[in-house]
Amino acid sequence: MNIFVLLKQTFDTEEKIVIQDGEISEDGVKFIINPYDEYAVEEALRLKELHGGQVTVVSVGPQRSAEALRTALAMGADEAVLISDERIPSDEYSLSVVLAAYLHKVSADVVLGGNFSVDQGSGQVAVRLARLLNLPHVSSVTKLEIADGKAKVLRDAEGDAETIEVALPALFTAQQGLNEPRYPSLPGIMKAKKKPFHQLGLSELGLSDAEIAPRTERISLSLPPQRQAGQILQGELKEQAAQLVSLLRSDAKAI
Amino acid sequence: MSKHYVVIAEVRSGQLRQVCLEAIEAARLTAEEGDRISALLLGHNLSEPASQLSRYVSGQVHVLDHPDLEHYLAETYCSAIIPVLESLEPCAIVLGHTAMGRDLAPMLAAHFQAGQISDVTAIHRNGSELLFTRPVYAGKAFEQKRFINGPHIITVRPNNIPPAAEAGSPGEIIQHAYTAPVNLRTIIKDVITKASGRVDLAEAQIVVSGGRGVKSAEGFKPLEQLAEVLGGAVGASRGACDAGYCDYALQIGQTGKVVTPQIYIACGISGAIQHLAGMSHSGIIIAINKDPEAPIFRIADYGIVGDLFEVVPLITEEFRKALA
Ligand SMILES: Cc1cc2nc3c(=O)[nH]c(=O)nc-3n(C[C@H](O)[C@H](O)[C@H](O)COP(=O)(O)OP(=O)(O)OC[C@H]3O[C@@H](n4cnc5c(N)ncnc54)[C@H](O)[C@@H]3O)c2cc1C
Repeated sequence: MNIFVLLKQTFDTEEKIVIQDGEISEDGVKFIINPYDEYAVEEALRLKELHGGQVTVVSVGPQRSAEALRTALAMGADEAVLISDERIPSDEYSLSVVLAAYLHKVSADVVLGGNFSVDQGSGQVAVRLARLLNLPHVSSVTKLEIADGKAKVLRDAEGDAETIEVALPALFTAQQGLNEPRYPSLPGIMKAKKKPFHQLGLSELGLSDAEIAPRTERISLSLPPQRQAGQILQGELKEQAAQLVSLLRSDAKAI
Repeated sequence: MSKHYVVIAEVRSGQLRQVCLEAIEAARLTAEEGDRISALLLGHNLSEPASQLSRYVSGQVHVLDHPDLEHYLAETYCSAIIPVLESLEPCAIVLGHTAMGRDLAPMLAAHFQAGQISDVTAIHRNGSELLFTRPVYAGKAFEQKRFINGPHIITVRPNNIPPAAEAGSPGEIIQHAYTAPVNLRTIIKDVITKASGRVDLAEAQIVVSGGRGVKSAEGFKPLEQLAEVLGGAVGASRGACDAGYCDYALQIGQTGKVVTPQIYIACGISGAIQHLAGMSHSGIIIAINKDPEAPIFRIADYGIVGDLFEVVPLITEEFRKALA
């Protein structure tokens, strides 16, 4: 089975956000594999363990993303592809076109991605890609079983659980609960250094600037207003409960 | 020339979702004098929600009503919608940032080679330019984006844009025939509607959330009772989900749902940065925690230091009296 995983490097979820010169500052920031993509990597490795085959992790991003790809190799992926080119805009339209140009050249049985990235949070790229590749897809999966050229998946739709059957090749996005990602092992880290690592740019993909011209752009960034600590209620718990209800009624007019 | 906006509406348990009216308002904020706003509704047994929708749009309500469309399925919905959209030639398509909207919008965007701005919380007009505000890093920052060219697709986050008011005269309702796609590759085998009948978490005005402090699945009971009295929804921290006290579908935070209710009641939640990312834009935050040093108190409007198993039933009782 030929499995491809879409992977993005993101800020560690512990990081506070600092805006400097109109951009989000990356100074001293710790980067990780986007948590949802980590579930996708883990699921790919499990599929390979069950069915055999090959796992390739693919990322579009700056050079620093190589680190996240190496982590995935150390977890057990076989090959990594970093598509890095300063001319690639961060618009989701452009990113999906770039990924499609790469995936058109390979024959994937399964493509896995994350449900969304915890930085941009737009949840577009993987689903756009499915459409561009004319692959059926199921997003937000919490269980994935493959047999006889078909996948049976459980999909989380706002709390409802849908069981869906889909013919391969197909694309899936991983939701929390799908699995528990493994840590890279020490031998894994050693082996990762010898695994194939491909670097591609727009010219290798045969894409022109016009073909990836962005459809949207960021104009500005801002931080939300800081929340102030409010009031800790005092007295007997029963009094506090009554006070809370009356505060919500009178001061806040919320009830 | 007047332009056409299409809102893709959605029903849940037979009811039109509130976010549809917010999406219509979003279209209105984007549109100019003389532009038309229509709705497109898919599902089964839609006469009631369709006539409800018709009161809010200046254009028409396009309906695809068929048993095959009872549940959202990417392939069937997409193949049913695209011909209708192609005939309507909208300049913009607006959806709710719901399970359906999140899945459908990027497919339509890919099909129409359109830009998409997801999870919009506000729209500003700056002269002729439209700016769309959306959270990044789960609300640790906000970005303002604009479209460069081509058709526009936006999804709006529930509870942020005010719902549309009724329009002058009801719009015309137009039924479209549904034909199943040839070569269907996906099928729905089963749907367990765990959440139906309950208030939807993303749209709830009041959210009662539990953390590891609830200690067990059973421990969510008092929270469910409080939510019921308030007509709200129950949410959770990842701590509670990881511990198996509740379903991941309830998780609020950076890797869960982002909610913006009027009132958020955090019970037995410490207030980790990843949790705050998902709820700190709520109107009023109430924290109940037995640890006075818990970080959640630093952002809460009202805090009660105490055992949630004692405090939550007391609050429930007070609300029950107050709302009687
Ligand atoms: C990559 C990543 C992503 C994450 N994403 C999320 C996310 O999306 N959402 C999220 O919530 N977390 C997320 N986390 C986890 C987060 O870091 C915290 O671990 C989690 O929020 C803690 O949950 P908690 O507050 O319920 O548990 P704890 O931190 O264990 O806090 C429990 C609290 O309950 C209080 N308590 C205990 N008993 C009682 C009682 N009887 N009455 C009153 N109070 C009581 C305690 O004082 C304590 O403050 C993420 C972590 C990582 C690494």
